[in-house]
Amino acid sequence: MLEIKNLHANINGKEILKGLDLVVRPGEIHAIMGPNGAGKSTLASVLTGNQTFEVTKGEVTFYGKNLLELTPEDRSREGIFLSFQYPVEIPGVSMVNFMRTALNEHRKYKNMEPLSATDFLRIMREKKTLVEMDNKLANRSVNEGFSGGEKKRNEIFQMAMLEPRLAILDETDSGLDIDALRIVANGVNKLKRPDNASIVITHYQRLLEYIVPDFVHVLYDGRIVKTGGKELALELEDKGYDWIKKEVEENI
Amino acid sequence: MSTDILHEVTQGDYKYGFTTDIETDIIPIGLSEDVVRLISAKKNEPEWMLEFRLKAYRHWLTMKMPEWAHLDIPKIDYQSIAYYAAPRKNAPQSLDEVDPELLKTFEKLGIPLHERMALSGIAVDAVMDSVSVKTTFKESLSELGIIFCSFSEAVEHHPDLVQKYMSSVVPYTDNFFATLNCAVFSDGSFVYIPKGVRCPMELSTYFRINAMNTGQFERTLIIADEDSYVSYLEGCTAPMRDENQLHAAIVEIVAMKNAQVKYSTVQNWYPGDKNGKGGIYNFVTKRGICKGENSKISWTQVETGSAITWKYPSCILLGDNSSAEFYSVAVTNHHQQADTGTKMLHIGKNTSSHILSKGISAGFGQNSYRGLVKINPAAENSRNFSQCDSLLLGDKCGAHTFPYMEVNNDTSIVEHEATTSKINEDQIFYCNQRGISTEDAVGLIVNGYAKEVLNQLPMEFAVEAQKLLQITLEGSVG
Ligand SMILES: Nc1ncnc2c1ncn2[C@@H]1O[C@H](COP(=O)(O)OP(=O)(O)OP(=O)(O)O)[C@@H](O)[C@H]1O
Ligand SMILES: [Mg+2]
Repeated sequence: MLEIKNLHANINGKEILKGLDLVVRPGEIHAIMGPNGAGKSTLASVLTGNQTFEVTKGEVTFYGKNLLELTPEDRSREGIFLSFQYPVEIPGVSMVNFMRTALNEHRKYKNMEPLSATDFLRIMREKKTLVEMDNKLANRSVNEGFSGGEKKRNEIFQMAMLEPRLAILDETDSGLDIDALRIVANGVNKLKRPDNASIVITHYQRLLEYIVPDFVHVLYDGRIVKTGGKELALELEDKGYDWIKKEVEENI
Repeated sequence: MSTDILHEVTQGDYKYGFTTDIETDIIPIGLSEDVVRLISAKKNEPEWMLEFRLKAYRHWLTMKMPEWAHLDIPKIDYQSIAYYAAPRKNAPQSLDEVDPELLKTFEKLGIPLHERMALSGIAVDAVMDSVSVKTTFKESLSELGIIFCSFSEAVEHHPDLVQKYMSSVVPYTDNFFATLNCAVFSDGSFVYIPKGVRCPMELSTYFRINAMNTGQFERTLIIADEDSYVSYLEGCTAPMRDENQLHAAIVEIVAMKNAQVKYSTVQNWYPGDKNGKGGIYNFVTKRGICKGENSKISWTQVETGSAITWKYPSCILLGDNSSAEFYSVAVTNHHQQADTGTKMLHIGKNTSSHILSKGISAGFGQNSYRGLVKINPAAENSRNFSQCDSLLLGDKCGAHTFPYMEVNNDTSIVEHEATTSKINEDQIFYCNQRGISTEDAVGLIVNGYAKEVLNQLPMEFAVEAQKLLQITLEGSVG
């Protein structure tokens, strides 16, 4: 579904992604790990069309469409969802209003009628239960005053609402307590279908015990430098990244 | 790239900009004692009213236009304005006599003048140019002793009330524009709520400027007798024209002991085009007096229209324990300018006032909050809390706050808070990532920002106002 070829991207003239390749097929879960500053969040931003990054080279297709030509909102409507590493607060905008607008935009894109208020609230209730989200949170403004963990849970709630074809989870596990981690992972697993896929960015192999990846990639210095099965995550946790860095340097 | 498309699809057209083709009685342009006499004669006014007008006119000749506001007002030629314009078929007795073109106009604006059709349960006084076209629900309200009619009718049928209260809150010498209004005012609404009566429906006046080269000078007087309550709304629109038109109104509110008046405005006069050509000059004097103990006046305004807005709905807190509120959202986009705020004059003991002002600037818009909170020595234990927020969209617009405070005793507390924020790209991108377009995202965020004020509006108007905010800001974020 997703094909990334030789992707290069800059911010303020500084190259962050330096020729990244990745292929994701339906039903797969890909974990991306890598040291701080390697470019993991940058990849997520570029895939979702954040304009602070400039794509200088490469191709990205999503179900055959040239993703880089689509506006951010159309990428979302095509089914790409990002669980942000740092979810943004939007004071004054209620979660209900926000989600209803979003969901109806997605429906409009598919030529579907907007949802009635009752249908919408029913779906909202269902999905809240799925991620065990507090009612009180759903009645507040988007992320405003949410704790770090609450924000992350809210991201998964929104993902459940929008049922994306490709979900990118950027460090959704950081800041979660053990129970929340389990709940969030459960939510992700329940939403898993043969026709959708996830990219899970994480530093901790703990999450990968709950969300079992088909592939683990190491992103280092703007490239995917190593790919393996879930055991690679254990190895990384054990040995850190130095040996990878060495491998990379030796290859040059 | 996407920004250009956005600009194209969001020319932000002013949807009330049509004109009504109707026979209009317009007097020649220019201002003189004769013109003042002519207006008074056209309205068959009693002698005392003419005297009042002339007194104001003579005083106006000695005055100068105020220049202290943070506004760039082009020179206005008061001799090039026509001071009276009326649809020719005047003063209808029943709906059947109202010119069908007029009914159509108000229908197009969403104002139901047909009582049977007025399912919304709002009584309306519709004013086109200088005259009141039709007031609905007048009869059913009068059963409760409520008077809701055009100002002209009040002069004719309730001269005692008019003489007692007119210009008791805004004296004819008050300021340049108010004094001009006193000389040439045309029509407006009059409301009297008797003792102990809670007005069962929203009262509203809908102002429409139609004729060209005319000014609109209406005045509204609301008197809430002891223990009464009324919620009053005003709305306004005008056609799109290349020349500027002057609107200088007066609103006076009198609240007696335990009375409560809630006054809401959704101001959507034509703002001019994208390059700042045309639009209404909205120079308005609004003031209420909390005359009796425990009385309460609250102003809510949503100001989205007009090329230039100069207005400070104010309260005189005379009665002990009286309270006043001012809730405002003012938007300036393109080349619009607004200098708006409030004055709270605390005279009685234990009086309290609350100010919440939300300015939104976009394009080249300039938005100023100007407020005065004055606590007199005798106003012991009084309180004021002011919150003035500014939201900027883009970097060519401006927001300014000019809060003045004078506290003349040491038992009172006055607090002021101000914030300035920008809609940031992260918020917009977050919305985009959820499938919401930039334009809708701005609408959501702006409405969220203004929510506390919009919540003060009656339901139907809150929804209208939300849409209006979004339309006004269309194309303002790229
Ligand atoms: N707005 C920005 N301005 C300047 N540099 C930036 C900006 N955003 C990211 N960078 C730089 O790009 C590089 C990659 O950042 P990115 O956030 O993609 O890393 P990451 O792999 O997600 O790291 P982490 O594990 O810490 O989340 C870093 O060196 C970072 O400082
Ligand atoms: Mg990151």
